[in-house]
Amino acid sequence: MGKAFAALLAIITLASVYFFAARTWWMPVDISAHGPGVDHQIIETMLLTGVLFLLSQLALAGFVWKFGGPGEGRRISTFPGGAKVVVFAVFVVVGIEILTLSFFGSKVWAGMFFAPAAPNSLHIDVQAEQFAFFFRYAGPDGQFGGIHPELINDGNGNYFGLDPANDVAARDDIVVGSLTIPVNKPILLTLHTKDMIHSFFVPELRIQQDIVPGLEIPIHFTAVQTGKHEIVCTQLCGLGHYNMKAYIEVLPQDKYDEWLKSQSQ
Amino acid sequence: MKTRYFLALALLVAVSSALVVLAAPPAGNGSITGKVTYTGTPPKMKPIDMSKEPTCAKQHATPVMTENLVTGPGNALQDVVVYISAGAPETSASSQTLRYDQKGCQYLPHVLAMEANQPLEIYNDDQTSHNIHPLAKVNPEWNKSQPPGTPPIQAKYEKPERIPVKCNIHPWMHGYFVVLNTSHYSVTGNDGGFSLKDLPAGKYTVTAWQEQSEPQTQDVTLGAGESKSISFTFKVLPY
Repeated sequence: MGKAFAALLAIITLASVYFFAARTWWMPVDISAHGPGVDHQIIETMLLTGVLFLLSQLALAGFVWKFGGPGEGRRISTFPGGAKVVVFAVFVVVGIEILTLSFFGSKVWAGMFFAPAAPNSLHIDVQAEQFAFFFRYAGPDGQFGGIHPELINDGNGNYFGLDPANDVAARDDIVVGSLTIPVNKPILLTLHTKDMIHSFFVPELRIQQDIVPGLEIPIHFTAVQTGKHEIVCTQLCGLGHYNMKAYIEVLPQDKYDEWLKSQSQ
Repeated sequence: MKTRYFLALALLVAVSSALVVLAAPPAGNGSITGKVTYTGTPPKMKPIDMSKEPTCAKQHATPVMTENLVTGPGNALQDVVVYISAGAPETSASSQTLRYDQKGCQYLPHVLAMEANQPLEIYNDDQTSHNIHPLAKVNPEWNKSQPPGTPPIQAKYEKPERIPVKCNIHPWMHGYFVVLNTSHYSVTGNDGGFSLKDLPAGKYTVTAWQEQSEPQTQDVTLGAGESKSISFTFKVLPY
């Protein structure tokens, strides 16, 4: 029985390692400029943890194979120095591994979250609410109108709380339900939420950012490939969470200009 | 002799019919008709992006527009509820069941007027779930989830109130329930026309309500069988 369990353990270990190594269920295509750094980091983490996983699971299977059966009067062996030494050694080894990964990974992280957006970034405002995303462009005047939360009214399409009656800059703001951006252009999003915590996740952009009520959260990226992908909410936000999504469409610059022009008419 | 019988019979008929008329609520044949229009520049209605709900998006060849101020030809104003707010004879609520639809991720009709205690059935005609949420303040507030194929929701409002209706799943879905304590009401169509019928002689206050404007009232005195024409004009702003 002990040997059968050891064999099963080894098979499960090797099979799961195989599916990762063969990239059977792998990450979606990467369309962002910062994505290769993120992917590199993920693969590095996978490799390090994968080797440890493989070695420790096979060692476990080996011990079960050798000592798993019933033994008459077998002496219980202990590590020299007792369990404390082993626990301490594991603590140090795993600690060093995590710190090393964090240290190397922080460069990629900082590039996304601590570095300022490029000065020529296209600025788009994002409003999340149960259960949709809305996007606001500055319009022909290049100026965003001010936001007045008390004026938010889904009934007349005022998802951001603009005050066009008194605020000239707000009059030409373009508010739409899908995100359209030009390719190879730095994009700066400012994330807002009307009601509760949501999350802005585009796997293909390698971006996932929580949106917290009361905060304006900036996030910047550059898409390097055209195409249409899904934006999904990844914070369980209620009944319609499963359906809280929008689309991001990356267009060539000229197509984007055309689209923008058609929206501001 | 025959004439005498005939006269007696005629008198009997006259008296009894007079009694019937006095006992029953006075159902007159007067009417108030007219048109609701606007002055000024109306705001542009905005297209609604339903791409996240493909089963709804494909039902519309052109994008659905917001409906907070719908206009018609000749400066007509649509979806205005015109009703007798004072002076109307009391009647018991109509037992006719009203139908409200959630179709193509829209509320149809956008404005539904009803009498207090009138039965209402709410249908989901879409291949997606809806969660209708009438934001009642005077009446009890509720919201109900309706996956595709669910039987209609039965509802009823006991007190007069204008209730904004929204869908908790699709933020662009908006409508109004206008609960009235009269059976004399009319919701304007694309021509802005309204007609309040079967009114006995009397003094009435007529109210016109549009969802994003201040309600307007007019006093109208009707003689027996009289028809009067009045009009309401709402001032609208582009923003």
